[in-house]
Amino acid sequence: MWPNKFDYARAGSVDEALSLISEDGKYLAGGHSLLPVMKLRLDAPGQLVDIGRIPELQGISANGGLTIGAGTTHDAIATSADVQAMCAALASACGQVGDQGVRNFGTLGGNIAHADPASDPPTVLVACGATVNIRGADGSRSVAAQDFFVDLFETALEDGELITSVSLPNCSDCQCAYVKFPHPASRYAIVGVAVCLKMDGGTCAQADVAVGGATVKAVKCAGAEAALAGTTVDEAAVNAAAEAVKADIADWLAGDIAYPESYRQQMAGVYLKRAIAAAQG
Amino acid sequence: MSTRIFGSGIKRREDPRLITGEARYTDDIKLPGVLHMAVVRSPYAHANIVSIDSSAAQAMEGVVAVYTSEDIGDGLAGLPTAWLIPDSDLKTPEHPALAKGKVRYVGDGVAIVLADDRYRAQDAADAVVVEYEELPAVIDPEEAAGEGAPLIHDDVEGNIAFRWVMGDREASDAVFDAADVVVSERILQQRLLPTAMEPRSAMAQYNAATEELTLWCTSQNPHIHRFIISAVTGLNENKVRVIAPEVGGGFGSKIPCYPDEALVSWAAIKLGLPVKWTETRSENYLITIHGRDHVQHVEMAAGNDGALLGVRATVYAGMGGYLSTAAPGIPTILHGLLYVGPYTMGSVFCESIGVMTNGTPTDAYRGAGRPEATFLLERMVDNVARAIDMDPAELRRKNLIPAFEDGHEVATTLVYDSGDYPVAFEKALDMAGYGDFREQQAAARAESRYLGIGVTAYTEMCGLGPSQVAGAVGFQGGLWESATVRVTPTGKVQALIGASPHGQGSETTLAQIIADELGFPVDDIEVIHGDTTETPMGWGTYGSRTTPVTGAALAQASRKLKDKARVLAAHLMEANVDDIEYADGSFSVKGSPDQAQSIQDVALMAHLAWNMPEGMDPGFEESQFYDPPNFVYPFGTHIAIVEVDAETGVIDLQRYIAVDDCGPQINPEIVAGQIHGGVVQGIAQALCEGVIYDENGQLLTGTMQDYCMPKADMFPNFELGETVTPSPHHPVGVKGVGETGTIASTPTVYNAVLDALAPLGVQQIDMPLTSAKVWSAIQDARS
Repeated sequence: MWPNKFDYARAGSVDEALSLISEDGKYLAGGHSLLPVMKLRLDAPGQLVDIGRIPELQGISANGGLTIGAGTTHDAIATSADVQAMCAALASACGQVGDQGVRNFGTLGGNIAHADPASDPPTVLVACGATVNIRGADGSRSVAAQDFFVDLFETALEDGELITSVSLPNCSDCQCAYVKFPHPASRYAIVGVAVCLKMDGGTCAQADVAVGGATVKAVKCAGAEAALAGTTVDEAAVNAAAEAVKADIADWLAGDIAYPESYRQQMAGVYLKRAIAAAQG
Repeated sequence: MSTRIFGSGIKRREDPRLITGEARYTDDIKLPGVLHMAVVRSPYAHANIVSIDSSAAQAMEGVVAVYTSEDIGDGLAGLPTAWLIPDSDLKTPEHPALAKGKVRYVGDGVAIVLADDRYRAQDAADAVVVEYEELPAVIDPEEAAGEGAPLIHDDVEGNIAFRWVMGDREASDAVFDAADVVVSERILQQRLLPTAMEPRSAMAQYNAATEELTLWCTSQNPHIHRFIISAVTGLNENKVRVIAPEVGGGFGSKIPCYPDEALVSWAAIKLGLPVKWTETRSENYLITIHGRDHVQHVEMAAGNDGALLGVRATVYAGMGGYLSTAAPGIPTILHGLLYVGPYTMGSVFCESIGVMTNGTPTDAYRGAGRPEATFLLERMVDNVARAIDMDPAELRRKNLIPAFEDGHEVATTLVYDSGDYPVAFEKALDMAGYGDFREQQAAARAESRYLGIGVTAYTEMCGLGPSQVAGAVGFQGGLWESATVRVTPTGKVQALIGASPHGQGSETTLAQIIADELGFPVDDIEVIHGDTTETPMGWGTYGSRTTPVTGAALAQASRKLKDKARVLAAHLMEANVDDIEYADGSFSVKGSPDQAQSIQDVALMAHLAWNMPEGMDPGFEESQFYDPPNFVYPFGTHIAIVEVDAETGVIDLQRYIAVDDCGPQINPEIVAGQIHGGVVQGIAQALCEGVIYDENGQLLTGTMQDYCMPKADMFPNFELGETVTPSPHHPVGVKGVGETGTIASTPTVYNAVLDALAPLGVQQIDMPLTSAKVWSAIQDARS
């Protein structure tokens, strides 16, 4: 409620933001992850560099794949026809972040930089093979989403680096879905499952599965994917995947006092089945 | 044909200012030169204070002072407990405004910082260095009363603050020994956070020249706050003015007088400057009272024919680190006396043990003792039904007290005022389609779908209450109310009341009573409350008492005015008083309807006093004290239908039916609003709300991210019905309705869920029924 004292500067461009940021500074975009933490005095950055109005961080472009500016709001992503066409699961996940007020302010870049393990978009980004594009004092680099999320609230971002955009392959030919079991208190995910199935005739050529919420970070689930690939995604395959996914996340489990790890692990299996059913429409 | 404003669902007159953000709350009031208070709070649940070093904080920019209990010395007396229940060996340990040598819960105040800015005050509070010696903590009340528990107050042996017994133990034993069936259960009434929308706030200003202290604060009972602030500061009560401006809900949490109100008062006197404190939501969850917190061991005795014979319970009630203002009365007087409910049950016994723990102090939370009683009763009735294989609705039907119009004494010694329980019960069953549901349930079970129904018949005691009873049960105050109806020369009405509504819509409801009695347009009536200097004495708004008690005072004051108006109108029209007819605010002479005096005309003439009858005083204003001869006893039946997803444990509340009888409804929209809000809070206790501490007494549910507040999308549209049984002793027949929803709904939904889970073999789950607990219970029952 009463944050510590901090300096504030507004950047007009990515270059300016990179030049303004100080050692104990943080970038401020929508503020819907950072400001609550500051109000609770859980974090006390000495400086905020406001990147919320930098034009080059805004917008969605569809050109073979999707490139989404880091400053694009969850609402803009959820309601984008291009995102709905090329990665329906991401549109769905962004539409389930917080409430409408949060989605109107919160940004994709801010969300993944914060790396809340129970947030929705990271799970889809990991499942769908997204790339996080980063600028720093030493230039640009790109990191696969799967490698970007390192641990609880921990990412591959180095001090002073800024996420500029997120790229995703075109997934319009896939059956994809994100299904979430919301925590009754916070509406963050108790478990969130993203599924992307590339079907070749009646057979699954490639399956991508990721789980969040139940884990300290969004986790790619190779066992579940293997159980689905090459099958017709029949009941036996789905049940096998639902078993496998529990093993996939076993090393990464997270929970809270009301919804412990063991419960979330079991629910990952249930929700994988529901996500597959949703993906198959 | 006149249209009665009484009974009309007019819009709440307080809403425009509330929903446009124009309402003025305590924190909105700005005084020049105000200092902001931040409180250094204990991070430990139980610890000795070794040292406090505030030198760094004192040196910070904008900091005016830092004080500890040593600095206060005897400047503030300890906060009193104001419900001294008799025959219970009650101990009232000292509750200093700032901890002296020892802290007893996380959030206990250790020091205060006064600064010119709220941010600076918080920075300085963070810079106060306190060295603690941590002690073992205990949170569970039964454990705290057990052998070897850490002692929290040296003068409260075994942590037992009181032991209150209702009923005859031997007589109870005889009933239970002879009964065909005895069922038992250990019930946890978990701690709840009241979570009023507006957190608490207090601001004090002292005028040294007049020795007057003004305290603006979030209070449900400013006159009680005045009394306590006077007692703890030593100021004469007539020099203390307490103002409760707009107050954004309380649910009981704004009844107590807290350390914070005393501290701003003391600091304002000490420094000669106004001092303000407003809690954050995190502080609200740490330090504002919690509700419930019972461990109950309950038994019920019944015959194989379904006759309910008796109920008995041993209750361990967690009091927290200190005894809050009304705390001892909640798990005793307001709890045990409700053990009969609406049933013809002849034997009751309750032993309630108040236990000090290292939790936040508990006190009255919406329903206050009565939800805890209704839950155990309704839970046990369902257990009896299961034990004797009788339908739970049929079992209730068999045991309901038949209709009575004017008094019915039950085994707890209460005399219920009026009731027709069977009518409300059958109406609710009809609305729910109970018989058809049992068929649907059987069909669903065949498909492994788990539907359940819960039925609660209830009555409760509210409209607190006769002052003689208050005295007999140790409540350190009266429970009457007073009101003044004042009419201005131009015929506008100010109704001044001692009660202090804070969101209930009483400004509308009470105006409707006056409008109905006197014939003034409701829009010309202003209900004024919440200022000890402006309003007459009153004991506050809680216990569903403002409509029944203040409403009665206003009705009677209005009737006095009407009597005066009739005499004056007769005089002005040169007619005999007996020939005066009254309708819709107009007095006329029988037989000559063209000659009339409106109530406004009469009011003006009373003020002018140019032509008064012999012996009549001028002016148009009457006051009334009203001490109710009995409590009022609303009643009804609630029904819930749920489906449980056995794969996840998620509960889908599909239907909720509430038939309530609060006597004649003054404003059906406001009644419905009270029932909706109460039902939501009660269901939330069953399904999602619950305080969790860790073994060290750290609050794990300290924010709404973890403490699950109910949300609109968790609920179906409520299906409301009513019956109307007037209270025989009340001037307009009304009963309270502010708490019925929380009293009836928790067991209704709980029993529905357990009914759904019955075929899976699940018999008991501690509240709240989170999906994780339901799922685990299903797994345990299967294995």
